Order: sequence, then C-alpha cells, then structure tokens
Amino acid sequence: MENNQDIKVTPLHSRHIALGAQMSPFAGYDMPIQYEGITEEHNAVRNACGVFDVSHMGEVTVDGPEAERFVNHIFTNDIAGAPVGKVFYGMMLHENGGTVDDLLVYKRGANSFLLVINAANIAKDVDWIMSHASEYDVKVTDISDFTAQIAVQGPLAEQVISNVLRIDGSPLAFYTFEEIIDPHTGKPLLLSRTGYTGEDGFELYAEPEVIESCWDRLIESGECKPCGLGCRDTLRFEVGLPLYGDELSDTISPIEAGLGMFVKLDKPEGFIGRDACAAQKAEGVKQKLVGLEILDRAIARHGAEVLSPEGEVIGTVTTGYRGISVDKSIAVALIDARYASKEQQGLSVRVRRKTYPVAITPKRFYKKSYKQ
Amino acid sequence: MKTYYNPTHEYARVDGNIAYIGITDYAQHALGNIVYVDMPEVGDDVTAGEDFGAVESVKAASDLFSPVSGAVVEINEHLIDNPRLINEDADKNWIIKVELTDPSELDSLMDEETYKAHCEAEAKH
Repeated sequence: MENNQDIKVTPLHSRHIALGAQMSPFAGYDMPIQYEGITEEHNAVRNACGVFDVSHMGEVTVDGPEAERFVNHIFTNDIAGAPVGKVFYGMMLHENGGTVDDLLVYKRGANSFLLVINAANIAKDVDWIMSHASEYDVKVTDISDFTAQIAVQGPLAEQVISNVLRIDGSPLAFYTFEEIIDPHTGKPLLLSRTGYTGEDGFELYAEPEVIESCWDRLIESGECKPCGLGCRDTLRFEVGLPLYGDELSDTISPIEAGLGMFVKLDKPEGFIGRDACAAQKAEGVKQKLVGLEILDRAIARHGAEVLSPEGEVIGTVTTGYRGISVDKSIAVALIDARYASKEQQGLSVRVRRKTYPVAITPKRFYKKSYKQ
Repeated sequence: MKTYYNPTHEYARVDGNIAYIGITDYAQHALGNIVYVDMPEVGDDVTAGEDFGAVESVKAASDLFSPVSGAVVEINEHLIDNPRLINEDADKNWIIKVELTDPSELDSLMDEETYKAHCEAEAKH
C-alpha cells in the first residue's frame, strides 16, 4: 500500500471504502480498482448498467469572444460552427505531432467551451493551454477541483437514470449533452451522452454535493453496480479506445495511433501539430498501433516486446488482457510500421522467458453498441 | 505429508522426496479470478526462491517463486484449460510436482502456524 501524503481523493472516496473497494493510486488519486471483481463489473456494463466514479478527470473552461477560434487552434477536431450541446473527441498536439492529451470538448455556448482532460495530465495540460492562450481574447479556468463526475454506462443506463435519478436522457443523441437542473438537489448538472466503455451511457458532471447524491441513489437502488477503474480499462480496451500513457503519449501521434479521423487537416486556420500530422499522413508513419491476437492462452501485457520473424524487437505491447467479452488473449502494440500489415506473418511476443506467436488483427476486438 | 510455505504465498506439500507446489487460498483470494497459469515444462529445474512461472488474474500477472529446488516431474495439466480450478480449491489444485534435490531447504520455510500469522499481519496493512 502506497503511503503518499500528497495523494488526492475524490468526493466519493469514503463511499468506496465503505463498499469495500480495492483501492489503488491512479494519476495521483486514490481510486477504486474493483469492488466485487473486474469480470463481474465488466459484464454488468456490457449487459446491464454500472456506475463509475471518474471525478479524477480534469475540467477546464474556455470562455471569451475568441473561445471558438482558440479551441480550434489547440484541438485536432473541427468545432467551427457546431451547435451548442455538441461534444467532440480529439487531441491537443505538440508541434511535432506527439500528443499532449486526448480530450472531450463541450460546446456550452457561442463563446463558452468545457474541455475534459485526463487526470494524469491536468497540470501539464493547463500550463500548455495557458501558454498558447495569450494571443487570444479568452479566459482559461481549471475547475477540476470543484467538479465531480460519474459515468453511468451500459445498455440499461437510460432506463436507470430515468428510474433512479428522474433524469430523462432519451432526447440526447450520442456525443451530445444538456445542462439541466438535478430534480433532487435543485442544482446544475451537465448530462452528457458519452462514455469510455463501448456501451451506451451517460457522464454526469456537477459540484461534489450533487454527484454524491446521485451516486448514493444509484447504489441504493441496486439497479446499477459500482464499477472500478479495473473494468473501465478492460471495457475501453476491447472496443479499441485509447488510454493516454498507453496508446497515446508525448511521443505517439494520433496518426500513428490510427486516430486520423479525429484530426482535421483541412481546417482553414490549421491547429498546433497540423503540419507534422500532414507529413505523417503523406509520407507514412514509422510506428503504428496494431491489434494482436496471441495464439496461445498467455497474456502479453503493457511493455511486452513484439518480435519480428527474425527475432528482433520491433515494438512493445501498450495494453493486453485475456479478453472478458472476447474469449481470447488480445493486445494492442506499437510496432515498426513495416510489420504492421494484416498479411504480416511470423510475429511473436515475449512474455517472461517464452515467446508466443501472434496474428495482427483490427484494434477493435468487440463491437461497440452506441445509441445513435 | 507436511505443508511448508513461502512468505510470497506458495506452498510445498511434501510427500517423501516429492513436493506439490501451488499457491495458497489466501493468494488466490487476493488475486481474484485466475485466467492463466504459466507453468514450466516437465524436466525443467526450479530453484528455491526463484520464479518458475506466473499466475495471472484479469488485472495483473504475479510471479510464482519456488519454495524448493529440484526437477519438475509433473505439471497440473487441468490448469491449462481451466485455470479457475485454483480459485475453486487452491490446496487441491497444485501447479507443479517437484522432486526435491535438497530437503534441508524445507527448514527455512514457514510452517502452517507461522504462515497463518504472516497472512494476518499482511491483511492488516
């Protein structure tokens, strides 16, 4: 057990302890990894409904007359002219194309945006955003410490928030949101039809008191299982969603990660890192993320080496598990692009002292089921 | 038959010069659902205090440290397709069978009483 004085807790921390969660430090926060078990929680989200405390995530607001222009300058996706209530996924990039972070951008008003960033990157991102903001008429505010967040995920999520929280999510399409008043506490709540599991679901943002109340009612209802970060990782991995630090990093570009669809190279005013991405697209990348199926029961986890047919190290596994919804040993690996074609034969992974043959597969091992 | 324990939660159940090596019930409980057991091959040598394989839960791989030295004379092949047998009964479902080369190594392992106290102390942390 890590005994770190500086470790942060979320507003729901005491509730996790009371539920008997296995806790572990993650991105500077003492977070629940599992309650009943990763497999049980994973299956609850695939088949019914689960609730996650994701209050560790960072939130930054960007407001002002030039907010849209500024966000479009630092963000790979194109938010120009979007309607209020729309959510975008994309990245902030270094000039060389490496990824500062991946994030969600919420358009709250003509001149008002909310950026949701990874917990591990809050300090770095805020510094980076501020450093580029000086030439724009915008106000950037880090509201992470005042914002709590839960994710209600699974095919029954819409029904559960309706039954338990009296919140009607049915008008929202995937990747849209609404700012509402929580009927129970009478306070503002941002309801977003988004998630990180490959299932339908909602993310709820509000001040801690509101989120604590929602969490308590969801848990007491029994309609929704508390889920830890353990299954959040297995769920996102099976549907090919990247985790910053594994599939994206300061040295991995979204083009290399196969996320080019979120990089709008033709935005009229460009964006930071655009030219590097354009060059990678035109000239081809040197490293590429691929899916791997291990043709054995062995599990190739983060850091396992990928070997060429000649036995040379050509890359490493970024995430790997024995799939839960997919009964196979599967992994995502960042490898030398020359070996990254589906036809490539003879690759293997090293796990402890043995090597196992692998086949290249799509990175999406399990089909997403979002509500359109 | 007498059972000896490693502080890292492997047991050696000794019958003559044969030791059945597995993980304890405490260890399987801490790991949760076991999805894979990485075992050596028959004929491989294992060394006391050194790793000879791993048990893996969904979340993580845990190395297995041998309590004794010797040659692997049998592996529990049922675990290849059904690693969860360890969750069902960790004592019964040993992982490898080793022919001891140095029975005096057993003297440095924990007996059942000492091991129980060790687990209780660990659970308090």
